[in-house]
Amino acid sequence: MDLKDKLLSSFLAFENNVDLENPVHEIRSEAIKNFEEKGFPSKKEEAWKYTSLNSLQKVDFSIFPKQENTLEYKDIKKYFLHEIDTYKIVFVDGVYSSYLSETTHDGVDVCLMSSAFTKPMFRQVIDVYFNQVASKDESLTTLNTAFCKEGAYIYIPKNKMPKKPIQILHLATGNEAALMLQPRNLVVVEENAEVQIIERHQSLTENEVFTNSVTEIFAAKDANVDYYKVQNDANTASLVDNTYISQKDNSVVRVHTFSFGGKLIRNNLNFYQNGERIDSTLKGVTILGEKQHVDHHTLVHHAQPNCESHQDYKGIFGEKSTGVFNGKIIVDKIAQKTNAFQQNNNILISDKATINTKPQLEIFADDVKCSHGCTIGQLDDEALFYLRSRGIPKKEATALMMYAFANNVLESVRIPEVKTRINKIIANKLGVRVGFEL
Amino acid sequence: MLEIKNLHASIEDKKILKGINLEVNAGEVHAIMGPNGSGKSTLASVIAGKEEFDIKKGTISLDGEDLEELAPEERAHKGIFLSFQYPVEIPGVTVTNFIKTAINESRKARGLEDMPANQMLKLIREKSELLEIDRKFLSRSLNEGFSGGEKKRNEIFQMAMMEPKLAILDETDSGLDIDALRIVANGVNKLRGKDNAIIVITHYQRLLDYIVPDFVHVLHDGKIVKSGTKELALELEEKGYDWIKQEATV
Repeated sequence: MDLKDKLLSSFLAFENNVDLENPVHEIRSEAIKNFEEKGFPSKKEEAWKYTSLNSLQKVDFSIFPKQENTLEYKDIKKYFLHEIDTYKIVFVDGVYSSYLSETTHDGVDVCLMSSAFTKPMFRQVIDVYFNQVASKDESLTTLNTAFCKEGAYIYIPKNKMPKKPIQILHLATGNEAALMLQPRNLVVVEENAEVQIIERHQSLTENEVFTNSVTEIFAAKDANVDYYKVQNDANTASLVDNTYISQKDNSVVRVHTFSFGGKLIRNNLNFYQNGERIDSTLKGVTILGEKQHVDHHTLVHHAQPNCESHQDYKGIFGEKSTGVFNGKIIVDKIAQKTNAFQQNNNILISDKATINTKPQLEIFADDVKCSHGCTIGQLDDEALFYLRSRGIPKKEATALMMYAFANNVLESVRIPEVKTRINKIIANKLGVRVGFEL
Repeated sequence: MLEIKNLHASIEDKKILKGINLEVNAGEVHAIMGPNGSGKSTLASVIAGKEEFDIKKGTISLDGEDLEELAPEERAHKGIFLSFQYPVEIPGVTVTNFIKTAINESRKARGLEDMPANQMLKLIREKSELLEIDRKFLSRSLNEGFSGGEKKRNEIFQMAMMEPKLAILDETDSGLDIDALRIVANGVNKLRGKDNAIIVITHYQRLLDYIVPDFVHVLHDGKIVKSGTKELALELEEKGYDWIKQEATV
């Protein structure tokens, strides 16, 4: 049985364990119909031309993990940003771990989708926001919607800001030979409220994991959201991350995606600007080796005047790794005075590495500033000679240059400890220790 | 100290150096002058080990040891320093961290421990004062957004920190105003001593008023066509390069 059939038959079993009277279940039922009709995307579709899910569909994934696993904090501490105090929402094999988590209802709600779906106190927010910005026809998003049950629920009321950043950590223990996870997150940030979120997926063994995640983020008027995605997973873990963001007047949302590992990563990052003077920032650093594959598909839809978007993705590809960047910008006819910037720079450090990069601009307004640029190159020989002439060996000089290349993406990171952590991962990834902490 | 014999070098089959002979002894300052395109910067890059150039013929040695097979970093470890005409920008790496890395890599190559932090700090303070460099400047990203003068001053700061045996200054005077020129020259002169040597590559006599050379060589079409003392530089300033070119063709 292939994965699609298995998922379809599992949906019936899934229905035995959820409240069929809950209005959310109508949404699930609609979603599974869409997935049944469309199935997994194939390489024939333009948006999936360079990323194949074929091999994943042949794996016999467990859809529902059998047991809750207990992990010791000390064994997984390194996957947390433990240098600072944070709220934590931790899932082990898709199941919430209260032992490892620290949630709150103190002025803000940092808790679980399973609660939000079932408890009356969250009903109103679910009714207003759930599945409102996520696609209702993209097949993987609807697959996630069909099975939505658990994930992070974050609600920040007007003028509020949580006392500390929030970490969302998904751990896979390897208790199943192959595990499929479908977390569903909802982040609602009301007027003039603020939140900082760090998200990470981590498989703890070599057993195969396939995560199909959907996150919806709503930023109301004057809201401020920082979202950091740390993708540094095992080489047997694959991730399709579908993130949908809806922004209102004057809101600022920044999403940083750090992709350093995993077997296959597909990031579908979608920004919808539904107001004026909105600022959307999309930044990414991708450093790959071996046969890793990362595909960034971004969309910024400018639907109102006087808004900005800033995209800056940097990639370094070694060995047989492959990268894709597809950046789509839509500027509606009424969205005058839009400033949309997009930059994608790549360095290939191996003859066998590949990058496919494609800007896609659809501009219907006439008074806009849109710029885009993509480069694919090798390291600058003159710069390398400069560093080596100062006595820095070739390997270290190369690492310093790659670090410098990726560095400006980190400038907009607003949590210093996140920046330090990412720098450390980059240094490790490049396999060198220079004389100071990068 | 430095001995160059019949050096021929080309890049992508274009011959640039066509038989250079040059001997530089410890304690000496040599100026290499010449018109644009005569091969001055190539000579500097070839001594420092730039791999894009092919050495077709001839030898370069430092204290009797052949350099041709050595990587640029190995030459740096042996005490060769090249001050670049166009220093490269390295965003995200501060001047301080860069120089620390450079110094400790050279020490490692010589089998020494890292320089203790307090000693490094003292050295940085001393040398930055010598070059009248502001403390804030040291925590900026290397060469990023530096003015032409700041870049050159930073090159000489690095030179002062690394205390090379042989320093090659490639057009260090270009883009400097008169005050910066005085500061840079002062920094260079502090390095002069009986154990090290300096090669100053310049287009103009101006820098040589401050860094007075023992010998002046004129490079034309990949060869040294005339050598003399500092008076030769003055003569070139007055008469230009045309008479040299004519003399060379005759």
